[in-house]
Parts: sequence; structure tokens; C-alpha cells
Amino acid sequence: MERVPVLKIGDILLVSIQVDMSDQTAVTLQEDLAERIVATGCHGVIIDITALDIVDSFVGRMLSTIASISRVLDAETVVVGMRPAVAITLVELGLSLNGIRTALNVERGMELIAAARADEWVLTDGDEDAETTATT
Amino acid sequence: MALSAEESGRLARLLSEHADRLTQRWTERVGASLRGRLSQAEFARQVQELHRSMIDATRNGLTELSAEQGGELRAVLAELSRGRARQGFTATETAISVFAVKDVLLELMEESPDAGTLRDFVAFSALIDQMGLFTFESFVRTRESLIADQAEQLLELSTPVVKIWEGVVAVPLVGTLDSARAQVVMERLLQTLVDTGSPYAIIDITGVPAVDTQVAQHILKTVVAARLMGADCIISGIRPQIAQTIVALGIEFGDIATKASLADALRHVLRLTGVDSARRHQRRES
Repeated sequence: MERVPVLKIGDILLVSIQVDMSDQTAVTLQEDLAERIVATGCHGVIIDITALDIVDSFVGRMLSTIASISRVLDAETVVVGMRPAVAITLVELGLSLNGIRTALNVERGMELIAAARADEWVLTDGDEDAETTATT
Repeated sequence: MALSAEESGRLARLLSEHADRLTQRWTERVGASLRGRLSQAEFARQVQELHRSMIDATRNGLTELSAEQGGELRAVLAELSRGRARQGFTATETAISVFAVKDVLLELMEESPDAGTLRDFVAFSALIDQMGLFTFESFVRTRESLIADQAEQLLELSTPVVKIWEGVVAVPLVGTLDSARAQVVMERLLQTLVDTGSPYAIIDITGVPAVDTQVAQHILKTVVAARLMGADCIISGIRPQIAQTIVALGIEFGDIATKASLADALRHVLRLTGVDSARRHQRRES
């Protein structure tokens, strides 16, 4: 059975889908990813679908599920590299993949996750400052 | 059947015996109908070519223009009408170039009348009528293909995607947006987003004369598709009347940013991308 590799780059897990997604592959990917997020403690997941010619409703749902799972585990999911033809087909089918962040390419996806993380850091920084001023 | 094999042979003889006089008279008549919009040499050549292929066809026993022997004659006629259609002549002017030969034939036949002359002339006329009709059909076909070509060119011309800033592309829509154009615009915009790696797109509808529910639907689809690919769309150039129509029709743009002008849209995008750096610059200056 084909397996989709999950690569760890810094604080981000990169999933590059290079094979045709069968139902079994999709289910295995969900399980693998959940395990890896917990094991590595990463806070970002990038799913690269540049190589996917066809995204049907099942794959669409899989992407949504992965995003939900990651959110529960405190990781941000970004789907990157969707082809124009795929996007047009999804729109015509009425699937708008609600709740999924998207970016044009892996680089932009990493920026997006970094920006989302930076926002959180700014918030925590602010809190710490408030605490220090309160204690002094 | 337009004419019998014997009549066809007689026509061939008539055409070849008086070749020079016939082409000369024919050329004169064609020249009169075209009123100097085509050079003398040009239509004289056309008439000669037509004359020669008519002789060839009738010598081979042509009985019907659609028959096998008429292949070359049909090609010559089609070529003639294609040229005329492209040069902007009317259908009548094109058809007269063929029908003129009737008068010339009548002149020639009246010089030596006998019992069969009338019958022959009627038969010849039938063939020439077929030729005229064929010319007309080719003419119309050429015109139709011209119109189709122009529609396609218009489609390409009217949907440019321009890069207006680093990471920002704009689509100035001009003209009525129908399904076919919306499809082209969508495909081209999405492809440009991929090619340039731009995360922002501005759809400017200043040049769209009217926005109805269908046009709005097309624009919304484009925006959703761009979002799926990871790019954000801003709609700009909404004129006052169009804003009123949009509200009256109850069209919801949801969380899609809409701006009155392209400049506003660009400023909005720059604020989204460059606000931090701009502030830092200001601080450094102060």
C-alpha cells in the first residue's frame, strides 16, 4: 500500500502528496499525521497538493478532517499549491473547503504559519509585560 | 441535373471558341459592378481563372456543379468569394462577378441563333445559377468564420491580467461578463496567480456596464476559486448605480472586500502586507 511521507522541518510538518489518493491512503495519512503532531509537538502542518490532478469530495473531506484534527492538537493547517483547474472544479462542485487555510506555495504557507505563530507570541509577550509591571 | 453532357460540351466549345472576347466583355462587366475598388489586373486574373476552370469542367462533361468534375471549379469559386468577403465586398457584388457571364453568353449566342439556342441558354443559365449560389454560400461561410475569429480575439483582448505591485495582480474587466468570458477570466487569473506567486488579486469592474445576479455569481466563483488556491481577492471599481443595483438585487458579497476605486483597493492590499514596514520607516524618520 502506498504511504504519504510526513517530513518535519523545524516547527512544521510537511506533507507532500505525490500519489493518487485512495481512500485507504487518506485514512492512513490522517492517523500518521495525528501521531506525528503529538510525537514532535509541531505547531504547523503544510499539505502540498501541487501534484494532485483530481480532488474529489472524499479528498476534500479528508483535508477538512486533517485541519480539524490538527486544530485540536494546536497545530495550524495550510493547504498549498492547488492547481487552477482543481480550484475551478471544486467551486463548480460547490465545495469551498470551509475552515481550511490556503496558500499559493510551500514558501507562502510557511510564512502564513510563521505569521500566525508570531501573533500568538506577541500576545504572550504583552501578557508577560503586563505581569511584570503588575509585580513591580 | 443542370445540363446534359451534350449541352455541357457545347458550352465548353462556346467558351473556348470566343475565349478572348468573352473574357474581355466579362471583365468589363465585373469592373463596372466593382466600381474601381479592385485593381483591373486583379479581377481580370480572377475572370480568366474562372473562365479556364469552367472550360476544363465542361470539357470533362460537367452536368452538375456538385459533381466530381466540378471540384476545381468549386475551389476557384470558393477562393474568389473568400477573397471578396475579406476585402469587404457585398454578397451581391460577389455574385454578380459570376452572373455577368450570362449576359456575355447571351450576346455570343444571339449572333448565330438557331432552333436550339434558347434551350441551350436555359441549360447554361441553370449551371451558372448553381455557381452563383455556391459563391454566395462560400461568401457567407467566410463571413461567419470572420465573425467567430473576431469574437475569439475580443475575448483575448478584453481580459488582461496585469501585475500592479509586487505580489498584487489586477484584472480590469471591460464589457459585459457572460459565462464564456467569466470562465476565461477565471482561468487566466488563477494561472497568473500561480505563475507570479501573487497572494492578492484585485478584480476591477469599472468597465462592466451592468451587474446582475449572474455576473455577481461569476465574480463570486472566481473569488472562491482564488481563495482555494490561497490568494485573496478584492473587488473594486463599483460605480454608484452598480452599488444601488447590487443592494436592490440583494447580492451578498459576504466577507469579500469591496472598494470604490482601484487605488483604494491597492491601498487596502498594501496596508495588509506592508503596514509594519511603513510604520517602522516612519518611526526611524521621526
